[in-house]
Amino acid sequence: MSDAARGPFWWRSIGQRLTVLLAVIAAVLAILSWWMVTSFAREAAERTQDNVLVASATTIAEALRSEQGTILLELPYSAFAMLNAIGEDRVFYRVAAGGETITGYDDLIPPTLPERPGDVAVRTISYRGDQVRVVSVQRTVLAGQQPVPVLVSVGQTRTGVEAIGTGLSRTAAVLSVAFFLLAVGLGAFAAISSLRPLNAFAQAVTRRGPSDLRPLRRKVPDELSPLLIALNRLMERLGQSIRRSEEFIAEAAHRVRTPLATVRAQAELALHTVEKENEKKMLRRVIRAVDESSRSASQLLDHATVSFRAEALARDDVDLAELVVKVAEGLSPTADMKDINFRLDAKSPAPVRGDLILLESALRNVLDNSIKYSPGETEVSITLAQDDPSQWRLTVRDHGRGFSAVSLPALTGRFTRGANVEKIVGSGLGLTIAEDVLIAHGGSLELTTPEDGVGACVSLILPAA
Amino acid sequence: MCVTHFTRSLAAVICLATTGAQALEIEDQKLYPGTGTTTIKVASTADLDVFEPFILQFQREQPAVGIDYYVASSTDLHAAIQGGEVFDVAISSAMDLQFQLANDGAAQPYASPVTDALPAWARWRDQVFAFTAEPAVAVISRERFAGLPRPKTRQELIALLRQNPDVFEASIGTYDVRQSGLGYLFATQEARNSDTFWRLSELMGRQRAALYCCSAQMIDDVGSGRLALAYNVLGSYAAERIARDDRLEVLELEDYATVMLRTALIPATATEIEGAALFLDRLLEEGMRDTPETWVLPPLGAADEPEARAYGPIRLGPALLVYLDRLNREAFLRAWSDALVQ
Repeated sequence: MSDAARGPFWWRSIGQRLTVLLAVIAAVLAILSWWMVTSFAREAAERTQDNVLVASATTIAEALRSEQGTILLELPYSAFAMLNAIGEDRVFYRVAAGGETITGYDDLIPPTLPERPGDVAVRTISYRGDQVRVVSVQRTVLAGQQPVPVLVSVGQTRTGVEAIGTGLSRTAAVLSVAFFLLAVGLGAFAAISSLRPLNAFAQAVTRRGPSDLRPLRRKVPDELSPLLIALNRLMERLGQSIRRSEEFIAEAAHRVRTPLATVRAQAELALHTVEKENEKKMLRRVIRAVDESSRSASQLLDHATVSFRAEALARDDVDLAELVVKVAEGLSPTADMKDINFRLDAKSPAPVRGDLILLESALRNVLDNSIKYSPGETEVSITLAQDDPSQWRLTVRDHGRGFSAVSLPALTGRFTRGANVEKIVGSGLGLTIAEDVLIAHGGSLELTTPEDGVGACVSLILPAA
Repeated sequence: MCVTHFTRSLAAVICLATTGAQALEIEDQKLYPGTGTTTIKVASTADLDVFEPFILQFQREQPAVGIDYYVASSTDLHAAIQGGEVFDVAISSAMDLQFQLANDGAAQPYASPVTDALPAWARWRDQVFAFTAEPAVAVISRERFAGLPRPKTRQELIALLRQNPDVFEASIGTYDVRQSGLGYLFATQEARNSDTFWRLSELMGRQRAALYCCSAQMIDDVGSGRLALAYNVLGSYAAERIARDDRLEVLELEDYATVMLRTALIPATATEIEGAALFLDRLLEEGMRDTPETWVLPPLGAADEPEARAYGPIRLGPALLVYLDRLNREAFLRAWSDALVQ
């Protein structure tokens, strides 16, 4: 993971990585092909010039003749006219018999001479301030009785060759850039289309419902099938693990609650049998402690249930008004003990979509809290209203000690309790459970202090079905 | 070292020139002072009366530039530039010699929007620029040709000369190619184009043709009736003379025309490059007009006339070096002398 996160931005995406690498390869190939075309073009132009020069020198050599012991030469017009073929280049020539210049530029001395008659010597020399390509051919002419070697040299500057080379090089450069751009476009297209199965695969996984742990059945490219197999195995293990957790939670709830109920029943019995006031007091303390333990255990289980059920949220049709009535009724024995009266203002139906068990648990925890923190003989009012057609607001207002100055959002943190809870036993999980449930349903929990400053106001906000 | 291949006497002149003793034989010279400090030295083969209107027009547009105008023969001019004498612009009708100057590195390159506008055949290496296209023509005397048909081709001209030996005996004028660079250029190019040249030359030699150094004198003698025919006269001079002398007529030979390009270059020795560039640009602009305003020289567009187009103007290219070669020149002059000087 850290490997993929390091490096420049484009390195983080396989698609961009592929595109950039292909572009680099294309650039290298484009430069290489440009260089090759350029050097071939230059070489071709140079060879053409050499050939023309050889033809010119040969034509001149062919025109050599001797008359009465003197070597004669009439320069053929074509020998010079053909030199115009390459470009506008300066032309130099020299015809020398046995080292003596017959005609031409005296100082045009080729650095190498052809070894035998018929051979051609080609060299580039610096002559009269220019680079000059010089071709020399040798022909033996019989002057009287004497065979005389005659050297014909024809030289030409390289402006034309360079112009041809430069022109072709420029054309090649334009073509290389065009090929490069085309290759980049095709590379990007190739990267996108070869990554398409991967994206489709990822989307298929994302689209799945949160509780859908069935194995994926898809045709994927060979490279992705190990990933698919691994993912399917992971989901299978995850499913097993979730099932085990469910079993464990059910088991734990059962194992903890049942002995606690037994202890409480025994303690009740003992309370009726003992006489001494201090023993009674002790037993009442035991009962209270057992009550709190039982309550804490169920809250812990509630929280665990929320944690795992929220992952795979059921989508039942739930009537919020009906649920409030049911939960309030379930809590009325506890409320009655403190003479707390529930005032209910909820009109059925108030449909929402969600997990009935979780919603009930959330509501129960909020109401339980309000009973717990309210002084006796007060009223807890429950109002169900619709802020707008899209959501329900269930407000629970008590007349207890209210929220202290601690910041309200902190209260919904796990095991966090207000600063003013002395003498009241609690786990600090109630509001956490409520909020987790509401968030899992796409809603929220609002904690406010009422306008008259007395008590607390807890609002459960849920999207309407 | 002496690298030019011309007549022996010329070679001697050039050798002298390259060794420092510059020998520019000035035929005419005039200074046109400008209002500024720049004065460009122009060496030209064109007569002052031909060029003066252009110079005055140029100075109306660029009053700051002074012009020191020298008139010399094409060979002298070539030798002077080759010898390193300082000129800012060299204008010559001998395109072969101008080409040789550039080829041997005695010219410097110059490029401007104006030079770019020239047709490709009218410039070489951005060093030699043509600004006129002047055909060689035949001029006849109306008086001497009275009653004779006007030949349309050189074949017909040859036939006419053969049939009327009495009319043409010692009455044909042509360039002495041994003396005239331009005549040599016309003769060599024509000899290359057509074998009728040698037959015509032979015929002219048999009829004891008179040899001239210059177009102007030939035209004078045709005007006076001393000559019946002047062959290979510079068309521009002829046209100008015919305009004021109705005894003259240009013979329209339709088979071909040898077209010479008058060229300008900036010598490597030039010191007033900016002034030279202004002058050259203006010169080329004038040459590219359909009808030049300030001189009688035909514009570059004249190279598109039908009879000129058959062969096109003489090409600016290394082939021009062929007839400048010492051996070739000797051989050509020998053949020419054999034909004409009998």
